[in-house]
Formats: sequence, C-alpha cells, structure tokens
Amino acid sequence: MLPRLVPRGEPSTAMVWLTPVLAVALTLVCGMALFAGMGFDPLDALYAYFVEPVSTRFGLAELAVKTTPLALIAVGLAIGFRANVWNIGAEGQLTMGAVLGGGLALAAYGAEGPWLMPLMLVAGALGGMAWAAIPAFLRTRFNASEILTSLMLVYVAGLLLNWLVHGPWRDPDGFNFPQSRMFNPEALLPSLLDGTRLHLGFPLALVAVAAGWFLLARTFVGFQIKVLGLTPAAASYAGFDRNRLVWFCLLASGALAGLAGVVEAAGPIGQLVPSISPGYGFTAIIVAFLGRLHPAGILPAAALVALSYIGGESAQITMQLPVAVTGVFQGMLLFFLLASDVLIRYRVRWGAAGGVREAVP
Amino acid sequence: MIEAVVPILLAVMTAATPLLFAATGELVTEKSGVLNLGVEGMMLVGAVAGFVVTMATGSAVLGIGAAAAGGAFLALLFAVLTLGLLANQVATGLALTLFGIGLSALIGQSYVGIPLDRLPRLDVPGLSDLPVVGALVFGHDALIYLSLVMVGVVHWFLYRTRKGLILRAVGENHDAAHAIGYPVLTIRLLATLFGGAMCGLGGAYLSLAYTPMWAEDMVAGRGWIALALVVFATWKPGRVLAGAYLFGGVTIAQLHVQGAGFAVPSQFLSMLPYLATILVLVLISRDQVRIRLNAPACIGKTFHPAA
Repeated sequence: MLPRLVPRGEPSTAMVWLTPVLAVALTLVCGMALFAGMGFDPLDALYAYFVEPVSTRFGLAELAVKTTPLALIAVGLAIGFRANVWNIGAEGQLTMGAVLGGGLALAAYGAEGPWLMPLMLVAGALGGMAWAAIPAFLRTRFNASEILTSLMLVYVAGLLLNWLVHGPWRDPDGFNFPQSRMFNPEALLPSLLDGTRLHLGFPLALVAVAAGWFLLARTFVGFQIKVLGLTPAAASYAGFDRNRLVWFCLLASGALAGLAGVVEAAGPIGQLVPSISPGYGFTAIIVAFLGRLHPAGILPAAALVALSYIGGESAQITMQLPVAVTGVFQGMLLFFLLASDVLIRYRVRWGAAGGVREAVP
Repeated sequence: MIEAVVPILLAVMTAATPLLFAATGELVTEKSGVLNLGVEGMMLVGAVAGFVVTMATGSAVLGIGAAAAGGAFLALLFAVLTLGLLANQVATGLALTLFGIGLSALIGQSYVGIPLDRLPRLDVPGLSDLPVVGALVFGHDALIYLSLVMVGVVHWFLYRTRKGLILRAVGENHDAAHAIGYPVLTIRLLATLFGGAMCGLGGAYLSLAYTPMWAEDMVAGRGWIALALVVFATWKPGRVLAGAYLFGGVTIAQLHVQGAGFAVPSQFLSMLPYLATILVLVLISRDQVRIRLNAPACIGKTFHPAA
C-alpha cells in the first residue's frame, strides 16, 4: 500500500525544527553505509570524522574558524531566499570581497596603521556588494534570472582573482608562485585565543547573525521580505516595491559574502591565493536551508557543516578518505532535509485515498 | 581559405555538443513544467560514469550507456524529491548540483588525469575525403550525430505527436491536464529522466571526446550555460541548436585568440563564455512578453492533486 500525503490545515511548527534533526540522522546512517561500502569500520569512521577533530582546544577553535564564513554568508542568503531572491553566486561575491579587502592590504603594504583593518572589512563588504549589484541590476532592469547571472559571475570573479595573483599582485619574492605577499600583522585579523587560529571574524559573524535576526523579526523591510516570499500577490497589493526588495536582498547578501571573503583572506589565509574558499559560497546554501532560513537556526547549522569540512580534512589524513566525501555528505544532508520538509505541510497516511475513515465507536 | 576554416568549424562542433545534449534534455524537462537546476551535477556524474565504465570495459558504447544511466539516476533523485515529496524545485536542483560535484569527485578520484583514447570518428570511406564537405558532414564521432538527431527527435516529438502535446499541456496547466485525466506526475517523471539522461550524455561527451580524461569539476559551468541556453532559445529545440553552436563558437574563438598570443591575459579570454551567457540572457529576458508567451506556464510549480 502506498503512503499518501494529506495536507495539514496549517504548517507544523514542531516539524520545522524536527526535520533538520531527522535529516542529520538519515545522513549519518547513509554515511555509515557509505563508509562500510568503502571498507572502513562505520563507527570508527564516524568517530574519526565527527568527534576526534573537535576533541581538542585547537579543534574547537578550528570549528569556529570554519563556522565564521558559513554563518556570515548563510545569513545573507537566507534573507534573500525568504523573498524568493535566489542569489547563488555568493562564492563570487566572497572572492570579490577578498580581492577588494586584500587589495587594500597590499596597496597599504609597508604603510599600515590601525585604520587599515576596519577599512579592509568595509572594502570587502563593498566588493561583495558591487558584485551582487550586477545581478540585481540585470534582474530589476532586464528581468534576467539572478540565479544564472550571479552564478556566471562566480567564474568571472574566480578568473579575475586568478589573473591578479598570477600577474600584478604576485609576490615579488615568492619564487613565481601564484600568490600575493603575506599581509603584514596590521592587515591580519587579531587572534583571540593563543595557540589557535580563532580570530576576530567569529564575533563578527555572531553580530551578523544577530543583525539578521533583528532585520527579519523586528523591521519593516524584514516584514516586506517575508510577505514577498510567502505571497507575492499580497506584497504587490500592499504596494511593496518589489524591485527595491530585490536590490536590498542581493546587496545585503553580497555584502555579507564579501565580508566573509575578506575575513578569510585576512584571517586563516593571510594573503591572496588563487582559491580563497573551498566552496563556502555554495555550501552556505545548505547552511541556510538547514537553519530554516532563520538566523537562530543558521548558527548551529553553520557549525554542523563546518564540522563536516574539518572532519573531511582530518579523515583524509588519518584514514586516507578522499576529501570528496565531504561534498557527498553535504549534498546528502540537503537532500534529506528537502525530502523530510514535506512533513511540515503534509501528513503521511497509509491506506486508500477517499472514503476510508477511522471507525467511530 | 575555406580549407583553413574547416578545423575551426569542427572544433566549434565539439565544443557545442555537450551544451546541445544538456540543453535539449533540459528543454524537455522544462516543457513538462519541471525546472531542474541540477544540470551541472547530472553532467558531472555522466562524465565520470562514462569515463570510468569506458576505462573498465574498454567499450565506449557501454560508457555512453552508463553516462546516460548516471544522469538519469540523479534526475530520479530529483523527481522523488520534487514530484513525490513536493520539495522546492529550485532548492532541490541546487542540492543535486552540490551532490553531483561531490559524488563525481568521489567516484573519479583514482581516475584523475589518466588519458583515454578519444571516441572514434566514424569515417565513411571515400566520402570523408571529399574537400570541406567530407570533413564537415562525414567523419564525426557518433555522439555528435546523436546530438543532432536528438534535436530533431525532440522537435518532432513535442510538436508533431500527441504525446508531445500532452507533455506540453502538463507544463502549461497541470490542474487542467490532471482534470482531463492525464497522469501529470508520470509524464513529469519521464520528462525529468529524459533530461537527466541527456545531461549525462553531454557530460560523457566532455570526458570521452572533448578532453578525453576525467578531472574534478571538469564541466566548469557548462551545465549552467545550458540552462541559460534554454531561456535564450525561448524553449524551442531549433534555437537550442543555434544557441549551442553560437556558444561553441565563443569558446573556440576565445581559445584561438589565446593561442595566437594576443597581449590580453588568458584569464580575461576565459571569462568570455560566461560573460556571453549573461549578455545573451539579458538580451532575451528584457522582452518580458516574449518570455511569458514562451515559457511553460507551470514551470517550477509543485503539483499535488489533493491540494
């Protein structure tokens, strides 16, 4: 007998927060099967992947380091996704943030001062914003899908950075390696915990999450965004300016992605290299959905996905697991989440459709 | 003079074929009202499946079959989620791409950089040696012919058969189609699987003929370009053909300029296909009426008969 889906009268609030847990559980089960299929003891592999790397002080700090860009980007994306504005080019905006912020650090090389760091952060945010302004303009002026334009710009930004570090910004003393100079200490985010890589970017991400929550929950713009996403017709009836909201969503998410880019360049990396992120801009899409497009959910979701990155790196060293396993895990997680989200709006019923009702005593 | 142009035209055809497969498949999927943004992921899985099976069996035919099956398998995942479990199509398509990138890298990790014999060209004795025409019409590999045939088949199916009409009806108004008694979900499932298989073939063309080897993320955005091509073609198979060859032309022109040693850094030339995609999207999308008249009216909308 096939199960049927019966619409609930109202979306289930409990399920909104239960389905991510269900999705994580299903991912772990499938992950164990995957490990077993690759010839590893599943429990050992899970331990090596998800527990061992964060069992030290350094590991925990690394978790925060990797949570930082994911949370920053995902909060921005969530704002857009709430309004059905699909910025999926965050990776490119991150790159441009690193280019502008890092470029400033290189331009000020040898003449740094305490003014530099704040300016770099602003430049990074502006870089991401400028890159996101292109899809915003093309969408509002020419009706071009922001999904495709923002994505195409990811490749353009990547090639631009590639050219910069191969050409004009290459380290003059770097034996021709395609990378910039190491930034001077004034252009690096201050470390917060001795012996770890935890840096000022993490508290910045927490502030961004709080600001995202405030925007969505307590401001008129946030209200307009939610209405536009839920019922576009109601939004236009209420006279909300759709184009302005599209601009707002793209600029906000671009700024946060750009910030994540400069934070990466001036934080854990400390210079400009051809590839600033291992796909944080794309993975943040998973984080945003896993966190229910809600800033309060995004923080734990970002930590969880950051754990999958760290676990992947450590399992690569300790168990020679291919690093691609991380991507499979992350993809599976989003699949299971999207699949189980059906429970929010539908009940599962077994039995034939129509007439059959529970017997009334 | 004409003789010199021939190799360039041949190169354009090979660059265009992956796009042509993927865009033609996605067109059928979208015509049924399903927006599958996972083209990039399906192409990657097709590329790695085609490569690995061809390596293991020595048979390109089996490899091509595996590529189609791999793409269709990912499309099946998409169909289960969006058609069966009513998930958001945009989000699921993105998930499919992310999953496809990871899965293909995992499968292909021990195959990176191993060269493979290119898919053989089908030479017709005598005819292939004709000047100009011989090279342009005869002597391509089988997949190039298949891609061209598929464009014709899809056009014939969509506009000349009853089943094609029903598929388009489902894409235009699923409630009406359901009310008349057409199996909306079955039709969409089949259209999605077809799209996936075609994307798999497009991927296989990359790993078996265009650059006969496997490299991580080797599709390099072509899946997204194929998605843009469908919009550019205003959902018409003939225009998909024109668009794919146009993009093949941009890619090859860019390579030739790089090879000729112009003072422009190669990275800027490599940006051209992506910038051209944006330009083309803008040109076609700014005419909103045209988009609205041609886009399937139910594209991307979830269908639940009881809702």
